[in-house]
Amino acid sequence: MAGYIVRRLIMALPVLVGVSLITFILLNVVPGDPVLEMMGKHVDPLTLEKVREQLGLNDPLYVQFGRFLFNALRGDLGKSFKTGQPVTQMIMDTFPTTVKLALSSAFVAIVLGITVGIISAVKQYSFFDHAAMITALAGISAPIFWVAVVAQLVFGLQLKWLPISGYSSPKHMILPAVVLGIRFAASIARYTRSAFLEVIRQDFIRTARAKGLAERAVIFGHALKNAMIPVVTIIGMQISGLLTGSLLTETIFAIPGLGRLSIWALSNRDFPLVQGIVLFTAVVFVIGNLIVDISYAFLDPRVRLQ
Amino acid sequence: MDKTLHSKSASLWGDAWRRLKKNRPAVAGLVVIIVLIIVAVMAPVISPADPIKTDLPNRLKPPGAPSAICKNGVYILGSDEFGRDILSRVIYGTRISLSVGIISQAIVTVIGVTMGALAGYYGGMMDMLVMRTADILFAFPELLFYIGVMFALGPSIYNIFIALALIGWAGVARLVRSQVLYLREMEYVEAARAQGLSDARIILRHILPNCMGPIIVSVTMGIPGAILSEATLSFLGLGVQPPTPSWGNMIYAARAYMLSNPWYSVWPGIAIMVTVFAFNLLGDGLRDALDPRLKR
Repeated sequence: MAGYIVRRLIMALPVLVGVSLITFILLNVVPGDPVLEMMGKHVDPLTLEKVREQLGLNDPLYVQFGRFLFNALRGDLGKSFKTGQPVTQMIMDTFPTTVKLALSSAFVAIVLGITVGIISAVKQYSFFDHAAMITALAGISAPIFWVAVVAQLVFGLQLKWLPISGYSSPKHMILPAVVLGIRFAASIARYTRSAFLEVIRQDFIRTARAKGLAERAVIFGHALKNAMIPVVTIIGMQISGLLTGSLLTETIFAIPGLGRLSIWALSNRDFPLVQGIVLFTAVVFVIGNLIVDISYAFLDPRVRLQ
Repeated sequence: MDKTLHSKSASLWGDAWRRLKKNRPAVAGLVVIIVLIIVAVMAPVISPADPIKTDLPNRLKPPGAPSAICKNGVYILGSDEFGRDILSRVIYGTRISLSVGIISQAIVTVIGVTMGALAGYYGGMMDMLVMRTADILFAFPELLFYIGVMFALGPSIYNIFIALALIGWAGVARLVRSQVLYLREMEYVEAARAQGLSDARIILRHILPNCMGPIIVSVTMGIPGAILSEATLSFLGLGVQPPTPSWGNMIYAARAYMLSNPWYSVWPGIAIMVTVFAFNLLGDGLRDALDPRLKR
């Protein structure tokens, strides 16, 4: 297992270098001078030149990129142009908030999605099934930012049940977590339903029923675990969507997480910060996918990691 | 010989069409899409007003308020912060969303199919290069990438095409490559090669027609994603710029007036949802119709 994990991480290295390279190229295509932006328009050219020299921006691009990679390997992502803080620290300050949001919405999504998916499958073609699947497809079709705006409108401004922005109490997390969670609940429900339908038609389920097991034991004891394998894949694939979604949710609900920081960094042309966030997010993806693959081995003893 | 081949392929598509016709949700989706296309094409005829014509005294009117600029004399869905007719703007927004969905997927398909076919057919270095690039693109946080490209190139609908295409081709390429890898080992391809046909002819005439099914499904499934991405970018102020109406930038503008005119933010959102919903229904239906291995 340990060998497998190490091998996977080594295989991810070229991908991470590629991600950084593409980001680096994109950032250097962006019009405008980040240093000029940082120092203000009225700075004298001599100081400007000195700062550029200090930041290493006068070096050839490949030297700059090499330096970034070398430092990144040691966990140093450089300093923010805008605030002067170490990028690593800025990411670590905001990431826990994003994780909290992502985990709360994942909780909403998994509980709601799997429950609805199972009921739909067990009661296939019932009214509940049709209603749930139409709602789920609508949930996938609605843009997250619009659901967020409507949720603010209805639950915040009209009903006044919940605060619509900020991050000072657990109550503030309810709307963002539900808004972000519902979308993923919708796709998890769809996949759980189809995975379940496939499993309950198999022989071992018929055997379980034939030997007189209660329906509850058949569903939860035998079918659920087997149906979970494709569902786990989908949950794993949602990790990237969850981060993308949190970018929007954080912006709309004014939550100081990594997503909002990344938009702030881009709009301020804070190159080191953007570079750092992109690399960090890519690492999170890689680790997320690895966890998904490892979890197969637990769900399905036939899967051997190699 | 040629004739039998043609009639056979026609029956394959005819078969898929028959299966699709029996799938009521998919037909409903197709009907909605056709209606949306008609709305987009006929926008100048059916809009009650010019979508960018302002009427400042009549700002933020509720649905049903009297209007001086609308042909029928009423703001059916209300007016926006410049007194423009929201219904007309939603109607014109259809043009943006549909063209982004369709054109971006057309670009993605051309690049993806080319790359995937070359990688799958030739293998070796070509395959390595294409697939590793695809891996890298898959590891990107998608939205962050789009936002970065829009910052780099500046906000416009053409740059949205570029942003979507830069990442989108990778998925199609993977799909086509896996199909080509399988098909190039088939005996009929070997026969074609033995006849001395050129690689280009083998790929274009003998291999690609046999992976049309999955490609069509993937393109249809990609359209709703592209529409949502455009709406998101325009919502963030990085896509289509006002006063050109896009559903995304309308929702962005509406956020500021949630208290005075709550309906303003609702209409464009419903438009996005209905459009994406219809493409999803059609996509699901096409997948079922074009995949003969699927048990019903």
